[in-house]
Amino acid sequence: MALELKSVAKQVDGEVHIHPTDLTLAPGSFNVLLGTTLSGKTTLMQLMAGLERPTSGQIWFNGRDVTGVSVQKRNVSMVYQQFINYPNLSVYANIASPLKLARIDKAEINRRVQEMAELMRLTPMLDRRPSELSGGQQQRTAMARALVKDADVVLLDEPLANLDFKLREELRDELPRLFADRNCIAVYATTEPMEALLFGGNTATLHEGRVTQFGPTMESYQQPKDLISAQVFSEPPMNSAKVTKQGGEFLLGSSIRWQADASTTGLADGSYMLGVRPHRVTIRPDGAQPVAIRGHVRIAELSGSESTVHFDLNGNDWVSLSTGVHDFDIGAEADFHMDVSRAMYFDDAGHLVGAAGGRAD
Amino acid sequence: MRKTVNQRAWLFILPVLVLVAFNAILPLMTVVNYSVQETFGNNEFFWAGLIWFEQVIGSPRFHDSLIRQLIFTFSILAIEIPLGVIIALAMPRKGVWVSVCLVLMALPLLIPWNVVGAMWNIFALPDIGLMGYTLNAIGFDFNFTRQIGDAWFTLLLMDVWHWTSLVVLLAYAGLVSIPDAYYQAARIDGASSWAIFRYIQLPKMKRVLTIAVLLRFMDSFNIYTEPFVLTGGGPGNSTTLLSIDLVKIALGQFDLGPAAAMSLIYFLIILLLSWVFYTLMMRNEE
Amino acid sequence: MARITLDNLGHAYMPNPVNPADWALQQLDFEFDDGGAYALLGPSGCGKTTLLNIISGLLVPSRGRVLFDGEDMTTRDPTARNIAQVFQFPVIYDTMTVRQNLAFPLRNRGVPAAEIEARVSEIAEMTDLTEMLDRRASGLTADGKQKISLGRGLVRDDVNVIMFDEPLTVIDPHLKWQLRSKLKELHRRIDRTMIYVTHDQIEALTFADRVVLMKDGGVVQIGTPVELFERPAHTFVGHFIGSPGMNLLPCIMAGDTAMIGDTPIAVANAASVKPGGALEIGIRPEFVRFADSGLPVQVTRVMNAGRYRIVETVTQTGETVKLLASNEDEVPSEATRLSFDPAFTRVYRDGWLAGEGRGA
Repeated sequence: MALELKSVAKQVDGEVHIHPTDLTLAPGSFNVLLGTTLSGKTTLMQLMAGLERPTSGQIWFNGRDVTGVSVQKRNVSMVYQQFINYPNLSVYANIASPLKLARIDKAEINRRVQEMAELMRLTPMLDRRPSELSGGQQQRTAMARALVKDADVVLLDEPLANLDFKLREELRDELPRLFADRNCIAVYATTEPMEALLFGGNTATLHEGRVTQFGPTMESYQQPKDLISAQVFSEPPMNSAKVTKQGGEFLLGSSIRWQADASTTGLADGSYMLGVRPHRVTIRPDGAQPVAIRGHVRIAELSGSESTVHFDLNGNDWVSLSTGVHDFDIGAEADFHMDVSRAMYFDDAGHLVGAAGGRAD
Repeated sequence: MRKTVNQRAWLFILPVLVLVAFNAILPLMTVVNYSVQETFGNNEFFWAGLIWFEQVIGSPRFHDSLIRQLIFTFSILAIEIPLGVIIALAMPRKGVWVSVCLVLMALPLLIPWNVVGAMWNIFALPDIGLMGYTLNAIGFDFNFTRQIGDAWFTLLLMDVWHWTSLVVLLAYAGLVSIPDAYYQAARIDGASSWAIFRYIQLPKMKRVLTIAVLLRFMDSFNIYTEPFVLTGGGPGNSTTLLSIDLVKIALGQFDLGPAAAMSLIYFLIILLLSWVFYTLMMRNEE
Repeated sequence: MARITLDNLGHAYMPNPVNPADWALQQLDFEFDDGGAYALLGPSGCGKTTLLNIISGLLVPSRGRVLFDGEDMTTRDPTARNIAQVFQFPVIYDTMTVRQNLAFPLRNRGVPAAEIEARVSEIAEMTDLTEMLDRRASGLTADGKQKISLGRGLVRDDVNVIMFDEPLTVIDPHLKWQLRSKLKELHRRIDRTMIYVTHDQIEALTFADRVVLMKDGGVVQIGTPVELFERPAHTFVGHFIGSPGMNLLPCIMAGDTAMIGDTPIAVANAASVKPGGALEIGIRPEFVRFADSGLPVQVTRVMNAGRYRIVETVTQTGETVKLLASNEDEVPSEATRLSFDPAFTRVYRDGWLAGEGRGA
């Protein structure tokens, strides 16, 4: 029951929306498409659903070529960013609608709707109209409708984007549980790295119509293949700077230097791009190999529990993320420590060549 | 965007295709057929080549009615579009009066064309018509059946009365779709009413106004029933617009060849001018 | 520049409000200091947008007054108040270039051309729009358009207050970080009163010096980000601020000691808890640790958030306690005990912090 994309590409009026893409989604898997607006997430989903036909390539499902098969015949369901429900039907009728279309008998419909409502915590609202519900409940209704028909593929296109922060947190927490016992292939598009991380499963990072990396979420996060994947999968944005390796030492600018370790000592001398996630750049020395750096503070943001300091390091915009409250004046010189044991190194082509410590989280 | 090819879709649109064929394509082909042949009845046809086209294009009669047609169309566009926008701007955006205004605006559009012509004919009659009588009573020498200026005045007034509502409704739809934030931002930026109109309302109405101009242009260029019922093309030929002239030639004189050629030229003019309007108005559009 | 005073303010969208629930905005007295950075934070429907519209003059309150430097502005329109606003969805003048957009508020006020030119260049520099000045505004990306909206507010040097109505809604996360810090930086540079409305606690906390947290039309707590985080006045504040929010555990008081089941818990405000009411202990996930002694729990779920892990545990009475663990911390596989940092563990009575304000 796997969904396979074989060299699937999509062009519209000569403009490339999706570059040739190979992707195999396993049955029962939860897959996140992570990328910025216009990176191709929605197009890729529409191709998977059969709402769009690929310009070239094939889509296989369950060992069968379904490239030209229309969406009606594919048993897919979709949840959108907007809360899309039938406005004049009750929540019950909304959830029941796909089952009615499938001509399932009444008792069975009732059983499945009740079960789904229980799971989605919608039982007290079954008689209400969608307009009488909160945004979170409306989106739960839309999700219940998508899940109730036991679709083979469930596509969720930024379903939490229009919800308040706290509702988003709540639904984000529940989602993995909803898909846990299902054999469907779930595909979830988002712009937020945090969502991908919390869902686990697999993550595909997308950039300008290309899947830059696909694999188990933690692996994608800790072992990005290249600079772009690392940047897509980093929030706040990853810090980067040009460094030079000379002998057993790395040099950033003219004065910041540190020893290469087991995973980087074999790298040839030359210039590399260094990548360090913001929480590995801290105000107090932290981690296994902290290296002191000094920068000019652009602005410090204090959230009460964490301090985010934006600063300039040799002409690069860097961000430091520390727990606690640390305020700085604009333009002040400040000392930070980057834990190079968690750093990544990329070659000129952008490929990961060394992740110090083997694990760049 | 190309959607999944579903062969069954053709089955569903087949009835419409057949209808369109009978309604438009077949008659059009007949017209093309007539335009290059000469017939004397009895279903006898002779090849005439482009003779009718040359005759029509060279005929002063065609020139006159084309000029009259152009004057008519551009006059009503010049009146109806700005007037429609002004009325739409003046209409309430919220509250109970919205539906009242919308119904009032829709009323003229619901009246059949020939009734509109008959209505205005009676309304404007100098002896018994409300408008005609009143105008004469207050000192104007008004008689649309005798005086060319009065005939044109009545004709234009009738069209403006009948069709401005369409422009109003379209412009209004464009206006209400502008989010409140735009007006709020403009108030905060200290924009005058004129600036709000010029930089927010007009740009946001551009698409619907393009549709309004095209619809009014095509409709007014094709107009037949109302002026025919109102003035019959007179006095003399002074209000004989293209379509009226065409019917006179085709049915009055039974000159099928020249009429067919004229129809085709007429058709091409509409197509060409519509395209010009569209390109002009959609320029600079992303 | 002005100090903004809300005097006995209240607003109902219906004509004759009777119940407290009829008021979209409950009674509110507050003063925005000149040059401060404020956030109005709360879930949808909490009244924050109503309050924003009253301050900007888009809405006249049903009760109370709005004063700018002591002058009654309650019924004056937005133009007279000299305010600027950035909306949720970018509002730009499509047919104009970026330069014309920025110049628009000045042109409307009849500012001389040379001065306009100078101001526009200065603001474009501040908002990183210099290179796009001669492009059509409609061609810019969402964050560029929001910068134009912001620039139109900054370009007038007599603006009393700049208001933001969820300005980052349509911005992608990685650009959100940049734009958010840009707003904060601009506030520090130009020192003008700014009021930021949002449902996103991170945006509110990082932007504002003082946060007004609202719920159901009323203010729950006003304080600095640190106060809201470390000392929530109400369990709602604990829940709404912080991700995940504060853990809440029903407790009883045995003399001066708080008890969860049989486990005594050291709390900061034990002495001031008066009898009666429903009692709960509030403790943030950041201040919970695994320990050898303390509250017995079972670990039920570990979620990796990248830079830390969220561990979910369940007490013997079925209450969920979440805690944050760093990537290096050892997470016990099942039965374990939790200790709470006593300085940040507090008892709440009927939702309010016991011993203070409405919880006294």
